[in-house]
Amino acid sequence: MEALKLIAKGAEADLWLDPDWNGVRTMLKKRGKKGYRHPEIDREIRRQRTIHEAEIMHRAKASGVPTPIIYQVDPEGATIVMQFVEGARVRDIVDDLDAEARADLFRLIGVQSGRLHGGGIVHGDLTTSNMIRAGKAVVFIDFGLGEVSSDAEKRGVDLHLMRRMLTSTHFRHAEEFFAAFEDGYRSAMGDEAEEALCRMEEIERRGRYVERENGLDGDG
Amino acid sequence: MKVGAVNSLICLGIESTADNLGVGIATPDGTILANEISTHVPAEGGIHPREAARHHAAEIGNTLTSALKAAGIRGRDIGIVAFSQGPGLGPCLRTGATAARALATYLRVPLVGVNHCIAHIEIGRLATGAADPLTLYVSGGNSLVAGFESGRYRVFGETIDIAVGNCLDTFAREAKLPYPGGPAVEQLALKGNQLIPLPYTVKGMDLSFSGLLTAALEALRSGRWRLEDVCFSLQEVAYAMLGEVTERALAHTRKAELLLTGGVAANKRLRSVIGSIADEHGAKQSFVPLRYATDNGAMIAWTGVLAYSNGVRTPVETSYIDSHWRLDQVEVPWRR
Repeated sequence: MEALKLIAKGAEADLWLDPDWNGVRTMLKKRGKKGYRHPEIDREIRRQRTIHEAEIMHRAKASGVPTPIIYQVDPEGATIVMQFVEGARVRDIVDDLDAEARADLFRLIGVQSGRLHGGGIVHGDLTTSNMIRAGKAVVFIDFGLGEVSSDAEKRGVDLHLMRRMLTSTHFRHAEEFFAAFEDGYRSAMGDEAEEALCRMEEIERRGRYVERENGLDGDG
Repeated sequence: MKVGAVNSLICLGIESTADNLGVGIATPDGTILANEISTHVPAEGGIHPREAARHHAAEIGNTLTSALKAAGIRGRDIGIVAFSQGPGLGPCLRTGATAARALATYLRVPLVGVNHCIAHIEIGRLATGAADPLTLYVSGGNSLVAGFESGRYRVFGETIDIAVGNCLDTFAREAKLPYPGGPAVEQLALKGNQLIPLPYTVKGMDLSFSGLLTAALEALRSGRWRLEDVCFSLQEVAYAMLGEVTERALAHTRKAELLLTGGVAANKRLRSVIGSIADEHGAKQSFVPLRYATDNGAMIAWTGVLAYSNGVRTPVETSYIDSHWRLDQVEVPWRR
């Protein structure tokens, strides 16, 4: 058996490639301990997110959103063994695509995000870092902050996180990206899209300096 | 208008976004000549914007005088007047802006409007020597993670409801702890050891503190827990959340430096969280010195110097405050 190879050290988890896990090429995702937080908080976060991630990845498939195949889950050890998806993170490739390919890609991401929400799932960290372009498909990953919910507020947060990623990281084409995303999202979500998009706008206004007690203000 | 080389101009900065009225004086080489602060302490409850504004209006004369005295200069030595133009509480901002406009007009020197959040980052960089840090800026009114990229500070994560300082202050007030609330919670937390389950809410790189505040207040009122343990748990959860989004943003941006700034940067537990994350990722850690952690005029004066030296001017006629001015809307020409 070949040894595991560390392929990525993320903020939350380390990713190991296992070229031969019972004959399958897999990825081992391990949520490591964080010394900076209280051990009880740490254990609970790692355990819950491991369970959530596995459950929600499974559910996402039923909504028509590709996610990696899961082989094994260990909540206490905070590890998941899953399919190794060959491809590139959308975050790393998107700024190099031509205008048409960019629009197509973001429309597809919008469609899949709409399917996810329509299927009663919120991702919780909907960004271009958590999507892998594999051939013509876009595989969604990192569901650790995901939830089973059809709450407009949570959908709005997902959309806000996507737009935040665009304005902070893909700022050169942020508006174009979001327009294509929104187009795809509306097509998949139908009438329910409007409420989620309105909530996103509201969330963004809310975060912009919350007035303290008796908040009185105005312009001028 | 004064005649003279740009780099000979001394800048006086006025800060008045919330409960602190600050007057600072900075030179173009980054020497802080004065940093006077007058704090409005509410008789009861939280900050009332109009009462705080009245305090600022009453104190601005004295604070200006003491700043000039501390710097050992006279009014006519001032070459630029900078003021905090937003974000913040409208009445408080307007009071500082009015004083700045009057002073600039009287002295016949240029006026420069400064973004309060950017000023917190810039004074942190000046005081610690951090060159290009990912910054966690935490205070009573703001909680965000930002880093410089292509001409602007980009916001990678922030609170989607209340700021962490507001969460701690409100809790402290309800628990009848002495003012200021944050340090009082920190002291009690040192005597706590039992972790009470409280909601931990991280959404991507964004945070929410309102549910945490509500649950901490319920735990307090239930009478089931020691106040020390509620303070301990509130801090542990709040700072774990801030740590997580900071770590995510650090991994995302791959910055080599991590800066902690703003009023809550004084908290030792938060410093240890941030220090530990920086160590883990091989990033250089910097903490803003206490005198520049809270809202202050020196940061406005120094950012005024940077902005003015790069051609930023704010004509008096259009120097409106903007209580919702986002830092990622501001061009930052002094960084490349």
